Amino acid sequence: MIEFLKRLFGQQGSSATAKERLRLVLMTDHLELAPEMIESMKRDLVELISRYVEVDRERIEVNFERQDRTLAMLANIPILGVNRPNGNGAVTHETPRPQPEPVAGADAPSDAPAAETKPPVRKRKRRKKSQRARTQLPSTA
Amino acid sequence: MSARAIVVTSGKGGVGKTTTTANLGATLAKRGRRVILIDADIGLRNLDLVLGLEKRIVFDLVEVAEGRCQLRQALIKDKRFDSLSILPAAQTREKDAITPEQFAGIVERASEVADYVLIDSPAGIETGFRNAVAGAHEAIVVTTPEVSAIRDADRVVGKIAAAGKPIRLIVNRLRPEMVRSGDMLSVDDVCDVLSVELLGIVPDDEEVIDTTNRGEPIVLNESNRLRAIYDKIARRLEGELVPFTSFDNQTFFGRLIGAMKAG
Repeated sequence: MIEFLKRLFGQQGSSATAKERLRLVLMTDHLELAPEMIESMKRDLVELISRYVEVDRERIEVNFERQDRTLAMLANIPILGVNRPNGNGAVTHETPRPQPEPVAGADAPSDAPAAETKPPVRKRKRRKKSQRARTQLPSTA
Repeated sequence: MSARAIVVTSGKGGVGKTTTTANLGATLAKRGRRVILIDADIGLRNLDLVLGLEKRIVFDLVEVAEGRCQLRQALIKDKRFDSLSILPAAQTREKDAITPEQFAGIVERASEVADYVLIDSPAGIETGFRNAVAGAHEAIVVTTPEVSAIRDADRVVGKIAAAGKPIRLIVNRLRPEMVRSGDMLSVDDVCDVLSVELLGIVPDDEEVIDTTNRGEPIVLNESNRLRAIYDKIARRLEGELVPFTSFDNQTFFGRLIGAMKAG
């Protein structure tokens, strides 16, 4: 009887489940088929974040994780230092420095002492439901 | 004059590529178009059998490719329609017996003597599929409203889109009563997931099995409802704006029936 009412009022049959599962699996398929897109997104992301903080480009990790109803992008971007704002409130670009050695308690840049204690930023982005990148291997023919 | 070369493909096997090719070809021929159907499924030829032309094969696709006979010698004319013929696949050869260039060459030659060249692609995304797509200017992707067929359709859609060819979708074997009760993906759902323009909706019909048993396209049967459905698809293919029959509405009544069946 409960099943009867569930089906009668709102709760759909298995087609809703099918659609939800398909949506997720296709998103994952498209991402797996587009490593070059992920690389370019990673580059853009680093470029954007580097405007504000100095990041460790060698240790950036970008992963996609299937969660309950969505696919989440998890980016782990270690921060080495914070760029100093200039007089106008804008952020100045530091000149590129050599990457510090990956030793525990690595030398923080002298002008950014806060970096030593800062944990890596965990950045999370959700893909919009409607967003759909048609991504494919170069060619079939 | 050059024909429209359209590949009919799906990724997954068994969703109705050959049946679609045969019936759409027959419908276009009935409308007075010159149609050549090419069976690109080398090693697993079936289009001849579905159309009841299996006894009349003399030469095949690979023999044409190898120059062992002329295209017109290999074409089998379907006597039930004035302007329909098929080029059968080779049954005893491998998929790679023919190159994409050879295949495209054959499609081009066929295009000189036809208005439509429909290419029945093999399942999968390997050599046979690549050949079939290489020869076509546009594609019809056939899927059924099932998760595995849709996922595979998505793969071929991606590959054909990457080759820059326009794609339209036929949702095959839809069961409207299951859609209404929420137990089957609707056409809207399928189009939504695949983001491909819809060309046609073909409801599931048991009679297809019966007519295929006899080697007759179902559109020959005057009383079958699919005849009108394929006619609509053919008209859309020719650029006419034909409204779609709605099978999608999940109504309260439909749910009531679904719930009563389930309960």
